[in-house]
Amino acid sequence: MIEFNVNEKREHFDDDPSTPLLWVLRDSLGLTGTKYGCGIARCGACTVHLNGAPIRSCVTPVSRVQGGSVTTIEGLSNNLSHPVQRAWLELQTPQCGYCHAGQMMTASALLTKIPNPTDADIDDAMSGNLCRCGTYHRIRTAVHRAAESARTGGKE
Amino acid sequence: MIQLIVAFAVWFIPVVPSQSDSVSSFQAFQKAATVLRHPRCINCHIPGDSPLFGSAGEVHAMRVKRGTDGGGTAVMRCETCHQETNAEVLHGPPGAKEWRLPSAKTRMAWVGLTDQQLCRAIIDSKLNGGMSRDSLTHHMETDTRVLWAWNPGLGREAPPISHWEFLFLIRTWMEKGAACAPSAK
Repeated sequence: MIEFNVNEKREHFDDDPSTPLLWVLRDSLGLTGTKYGCGIARCGACTVHLNGAPIRSCVTPVSRVQGGSVTTIEGLSNNLSHPVQRAWLELQTPQCGYCHAGQMMTASALLTKIPNPTDADIDDAMSGNLCRCGTYHRIRTAVHRAAESARTGGKE
Repeated sequence: MIQLIVAFAVWFIPVVPSQSDSVSSFQAFQKAATVLRHPRCINCHIPGDSPLFGSAGEVHAMRVKRGTDGGGTAVMRCETCHQETNAEVLHGPPGAKEWRLPSAKTRMAWVGLTDQQLCRAIIDSKLNGGMSRDSLTHHMETDTRVLWAWNPGLGREAPPISHWEFLFLIRTWMEKGAACAPSAK
């Protein structure tokens, strides 16, 4: 049996350990905010955090998260108070929105590592998250806005 | 007594490989180099900051970068996508333990090198990250990323010779003097 935390709640999975984490999140735990995009780790739509670092859940066997802590888009905050959530809302960053759960998870991991990222830092972090609508400029602006919001405690 | 001194002196004279040894040593290396230059190996032994992928050596998509430690940048790390085993899905990411490039400081870049340059790049401890001959052999025998080349996953071809033959050639190269040219000169 594989035991792990998801959004600070203890969970377990008692089936094939090679099952992709994405299926466990969506089908077993009902956390459907994380999206299936390509299934081969090339688009980033399925990005979640494992112990704070982004991973592509579509190719991550659930066995890898044994004993770890997974955070999904539902776990960023329960009241849209996370700086990334606020920035995404303020700037109306998504277009269709399908990739944006992954975009926001990568952005939030970036801000944890680099609280005041440059454009180059953002490009380095976010270039594995594809957006078919081409909202890249808004994403970059939103990451800067979220960084600023986190610095000022949302009082910008 | 004199005989004893002579015997000791002979004992301490370093063994200099004969010319024929250096020829067969370098020939063994050249055969082993077919593995070293294979995309499964050379795609990560690159001079720049972007790894290659596929049999054609295309630049890795997603603007992946080496980073300081070879494991990627602050947030886009190799392990973001690569697992400890291959993703058993066509075009999925390959995987092995500690999947990463050589570090930025010790790049071990082999792209475009002649046989002699490649040989020196591997045997010279100033160029190979301080690896001794023993640790080089150990790396080629046991490193999970080296072994991965012969278990590359769906849609990828393995090097042209077996891991066993590769090791035999590397050992032959080393045992006959680790020559990097066809003569001892």
